[in-house]
Amino acid sequence: MSMQIEDPRIVEFDVQTDEMLVNMGPQHPSTHGVLRLLLRTDGEIVHECTPHIGYLHRCAEKIGENLATPQWIPYTDRMDYLAAMNMNLGFALTVEKMIGMEVNEKAKHLRVFISELGRIASHLVGMGAYGLDLGTFSPFLYAFREREIILDFFEEVCGARLTCSYLTIGGATHDLPEEIEIPDGLSALLLMDKGQRAPFFDVVEMFLSWLEDRIKEYHTLLTRNAIFIKRTAGIGVLSREMAISYGCTGPVLRGSGVDYDLRRDGEAVYTRMYEGYDFEIPVAEFAEAPREVVLGDNWCRFYTRMMEVVQAIRLVRQSVPKYLAAEGSHREAFKFNTKLPKDEVYLETEAPRGQMGFYVVGNGAAEPLRVRAKSSCFCNLSITDKLCEGVPLADVPSVVGSLDIVMGEIDR
Amino acid sequence: MDIQEIHSLLLETFGASAVGETPVDATDPWIQVSPDSIVEVGTFLRDDERLRFDHLNDLCGCDYLEPNEKKAAKFGHDPHVEVVYQLSSIELKHRLKLKVILPRWKNDEEGQLPEIPSVSGVWGIADWHEREAYDLVGIHFQDHPNLRRILCPEDWEAHALRKDYDFPLEYHGVRGR
Repeated sequence: MSMQIEDPRIVEFDVQTDEMLVNMGPQHPSTHGVLRLLLRTDGEIVHECTPHIGYLHRCAEKIGENLATPQWIPYTDRMDYLAAMNMNLGFALTVEKMIGMEVNEKAKHLRVFISELGRIASHLVGMGAYGLDLGTFSPFLYAFREREIILDFFEEVCGARLTCSYLTIGGATHDLPEEIEIPDGLSALLLMDKGQRAPFFDVVEMFLSWLEDRIKEYHTLLTRNAIFIKRTAGIGVLSREMAISYGCTGPVLRGSGVDYDLRRDGEAVYTRMYEGYDFEIPVAEFAEAPREVVLGDNWCRFYTRMMEVVQAIRLVRQSVPKYLAAEGSHREAFKFNTKLPKDEVYLETEAPRGQMGFYVVGNGAAEPLRVRAKSSCFCNLSITDKLCEGVPLADVPSVVGSLDIVMGEIDR
Repeated sequence: MDIQEIHSLLLETFGASAVGETPVDATDPWIQVSPDSIVEVGTFLRDDERLRFDHLNDLCGCDYLEPNEKKAAKFGHDPHVEVVYQLSSIELKHRLKLKVILPRWKNDEEGQLPEIPSVSGVWGIADWHEREAYDLVGIHFQDHPNLRRILCPEDWEAHALRKDYDFPLEYHGVRGR
């Protein structure tokens, strides 16, 4: 005779399992680098999650105390290596603020052009890798197909694809090229013959109009995909108050419904760059969100990034005529041995992953007394333990992936 | 509110023993706060209707010392350690920089870390930033919930961003230089 159970759910709760400590990482594909999460689990449920960082620590700040400021620019590349251009920009602006230099119009529009392309490239990885975390491989391949073309542009512009060191103090190292060979990836996508040459901005426009149509496809692949919604909506909910208290910035902050973007709300040194540009700042919650979505969950953070790509495309397009109309040089002279004043400045810029801050203390020498890089991912990651409390083990990659972290920037 | 107004408001509330001078000629002016009153000042700055500094952008330590004796005369600072707080208000969109000056070593005994109360109860993110400042600059934050090294391994010796830091010759059998 079998026993009758009135409510089958009771059985689940009656099962006692031992607590287990699980090390996720440092070499785990879904931790986006060398991040180690120490999880205390009871069955499938994570009771405690402790992030351990520092596996990529190089103490770039100490190195910076022995280098002149332009020499430290390559080190900023290697922090957020997925958005090197934006990191260069942040540090260059900080030093310019310190010595009271203002770059000319041409360099400003060039910087908007390059840094918004960098934002697109970075968010494409964020999107593709997030899909990979949740078990779908194709968005990752599509994202890298597109990103590859942006990296080809960067290569034409400065010779490097990943660690560009392109935007530097006083402007940029080179001017933009007039004519380039259409990248193979793009000519294949547009069914053109390989190796044709065209004016640079025409090629960029060809790419942007191609990318614009692909975004709809990404929405079908991920944003409105029923499995994706199940894995992201209502999971990892970050409240507005907590996001502010824990110093979250960028898409993580805006995904929690806080309307704050340094391109509009930042210091004049930075916002001057975006004067005369027309763009919107996507902030959760979104009217078009599926009904399962809660303000501040993984889906909101992901979607904020996707919408930022659309805005970045707009900004790149607007910057082209402005750049072409502006006169002057792309670079103002800044000598390596320029002595820094006895002063200290702090400046934050809106990098793709959040507000990247640089603090420079000068003391009359070319080498600063102290350089500090305040990492946006560092702050965004610090809430993982709160977000992962009580979620099933399988949701941990979903939460960490939605924060879109880069370990190079966290460990510096 | 600009820095002069905030400064006089803080002076009025906490008195001259807690709130120091603010420089006039710096690009980013700051307000100096005494170590003992940093938590009260921080809580006030966060909660007051006129200020609402709810966002701690950055907290970092900075070591002022010139280890080279020949250059020390031209250095221009007394040896000390600073903790720098960068605050901003999401709502009111203004910014503020606070500074706390500490001795390089507590009671001038080398190896005794200078102490300052933790502000992790005021801004959540201070928890990690203070761990980093402890790890790299060597500042002890009192009443911190979990003051462990964050970037360096736990058995690492000394604090790398101190100006008189000696690079280790070896670490667990790995040659340092």
